[in-house]
Amino acid sequence: MPETERSVINIIGAGLAGLSAALELGKAGIPCRLISAQTSERAQSNLAEGGINACLDVMGEEDHVSEHFADTVRGGCDLADPNMVAGMCAAAPGIIRELSEYGVPFQRENGRMIQRNFGGQKKKRTAYVKSSTGKMITTTLIEAVRRYECEGLTGRFSHHLFQDIILSEGKCVGVSVYDPYRGKLLRLPGEVIIACGGINGFFSGKTTGTTANTGNAAALLFSRGVQMADLEMIQYHPTTVQIPGKRLLVSEAARGEGGRLFYRDNAGNPCYFMEEKYGASGNLMPRDVVAREMLMCGREVFLDLRALSAHIWEKRLSDLREELIHYLALDPKSEPVPVSPGIHFFMGGIRVNEEHRSNIPGLYAAGECACAYHGANRLGGNSLLGAIYGGKIAAESALKDSRSHAETVLPLSEDGVTDDGSGRVTDLSGLLFRSLPVLRTQEQMQEGLEAMLAEKAAAEKNGRLDRARLLLAEAILRSALVRKESRGAHSVREYPGRAEALQRITTAQYINGAVETGFEELPVLRDEWKTVLSEGFDGGGAI
Amino acid sequence: MKKTIRILRRKSPGDDPYYEDHVYETEAENATVATALMHIAGQTDLAWEHSCLQKKCGACAMVIDHQPALACDTPLKSCKGEIVTVEPLKKFPVIRDLLVDRTVLNDTLREMRIYAEKTTVDHKEAERDTVCREETVYEASRCLQCGLCLEICPNYYPGGVFAGMAAMAPAAGKLAGKGRDELAETYRKRVYEGCGKSLACRDICPAGLDMDRLLSRSNRAVKRKGVKRK
Repeated sequence: MPETERSVINIIGAGLAGLSAALELGKAGIPCRLISAQTSERAQSNLAEGGINACLDVMGEEDHVSEHFADTVRGGCDLADPNMVAGMCAAAPGIIRELSEYGVPFQRENGRMIQRNFGGQKKKRTAYVKSSTGKMITTTLIEAVRRYECEGLTGRFSHHLFQDIILSEGKCVGVSVYDPYRGKLLRLPGEVIIACGGINGFFSGKTTGTTANTGNAAALLFSRGVQMADLEMIQYHPTTVQIPGKRLLVSEAARGEGGRLFYRDNAGNPCYFMEEKYGASGNLMPRDVVAREMLMCGREVFLDLRALSAHIWEKRLSDLREELIHYLALDPKSEPVPVSPGIHFFMGGIRVNEEHRSNIPGLYAAGECACAYHGANRLGGNSLLGAIYGGKIAAESALKDSRSHAETVLPLSEDGVTDDGSGRVTDLSGLLFRSLPVLRTQEQMQEGLEAMLAEKAAAEKNGRLDRARLLLAEAILRSALVRKESRGAHSVREYPGRAEALQRITTAQYINGAVETGFEELPVLRDEWKTVLSEGFDGGGAI
Repeated sequence: MKKTIRILRRKSPGDDPYYEDHVYETEAENATVATALMHIAGQTDLAWEHSCLQKKCGACAMVIDHQPALACDTPLKSCKGEIVTVEPLKKFPVIRDLLVDRTVLNDTLREMRIYAEKTTVDHKEAERDTVCREETVYEASRCLQCGLCLEICPNYYPGGVFAGMAAMAPAAGKLAGKGRDELAETYRKRVYEGCGKSLACRDICPAGLDMDRLLSRSNRAVKRKGVKRK
């Protein structure tokens, strides 16, 4: 096929979801552009620590893919699409095998892969590399994709900022990106996969994530009519620590390997409150539960790692220990670590279906920017898995669609640069953070919305990026206000229990100049998945 | 704590550079150069690259008080003088202010064809070998691609044959595996023959990569692969 007729797929974001999509396309011999504000080494995926979930059944606990499915659905408080979760869990063992074959040095003992306990899961199902799992997997996928860079299939567009999708008759036919190094605006034809990560920039300085995840792409997409879902579902990780400019994550692996949470009572004695309330595995309850319980203690909470064996410190958590010594001047082997909840993950985002298609044909989303697998609360170890699986599925869908039109003619446009990377936008962080704490009140959220609307009215003459960000912020607050119940990460004082009628997806969309929210029914689990889940899934032999 | 942050600024690659002073005052004992730059960038149009702020991504590499370093890994209280000088890396083209173009890092790895392909390893059979190989892969995969090792290296210069430790570390991970014998020759040409063993890279690496071990393992692997080829 001559170059001019060849469809090139555009991937926005070069973290794990974007790399996974690029790898899938490379394997299929399809050209793509891997477009990102910074290189893959700077992506937030590198910060993921504890591990990646898959039912490998290597720990002698008779694990089963149906249990990974059930834990994920239950951990997500029955708000994730069960068909999507089933697909991800069934694919997980194959993904781990492939990562291992590409060279990820997963932890092994006597040559056999081992897995660790993680929050909200009943079996040891988390494969890992010390507490640097994200870094190891990202490096490996960077190198796997580089092969296709060498072959000229994958084009790297690092230091390029997303500006807009190019629409023609309701379809996404391309993307415009800005290269601040050369001051050039590029208009690139082809399908567009969004893999731009979570919206940390809406909570600047308050998250464990990267400053590179500004949320600008999500905001600009929202302002173009891309539908979002479950935006109110914002995960607070129980064990984080304030360091300059951000929250530092203390990996869940610390509790997976035996760490215990406690506070000191009036007499100064430690009270292991999670174990007292939830039994021996209390420290590994899902993150939403642990974060709430910590706040309800009303005292400083500590993570006690003093009983961990020398073997665990040396072989499995050496990097975590180094980090705590470096940032807190505290050796967790001999001193408890003071911890408190911090924003860690956005379960909500661009609404996608099972094929990772958005509401706009030709536009797909995967990874943290998409609302897919995690419902109202993500399980630790499912983010790396969701990003890799989602990227792969999005690539498959884009590939299917790209065959239908070999050549795309972009409509003329006079759009300019909306995001030049300078980062100067209305700071909404304080307002959003105050409105959406671990335990929320209708009053706080209503006040937040009113303040937001005042900001929005004052910003009418501001640039498109600023206005788009205000629209998305409004959508987050409106989504939180309409969910009048407590479910997962969304805990509302006035509505302490779950409302069965609200076991539905919150949707938000910018239509006819207004932010509209609503609810949509969750799909039911299809029979084909029921069969897979009841019969089990062949992971493909020894690993 | 009160410091004057003296930043070497430049509007564009063609413009003359100039120093600009900013007084930064903070109560935070553990404030870093990155904290100060975030504050300054909030009030000016200062360009600099940042991402994780916890020395896991390598974005904020620059020259601080004449030493290559990550801004997020440099506590202000560790800077001795009242004035802290902050300049862009010198071995990469400056785009603007502290922002430099480090595209060469990935370009070099692509030229050297340092990529991963699928291999199946019998982990049980080759247990000792596997442990050794996986330790090397782990260490090699920790590289941040920040470029500080190239900045400090007395043998690396832009456009030269010697690719430096930013290429050696990823290459070490690939050389540790079976196959890819062609890498041995590339490695010999672009790393082995150019390295003067100053090991300045070992002391500067923010990830604390064990350069000695990676170098000696790679050199050994190259000899082994070289012998096999003959």
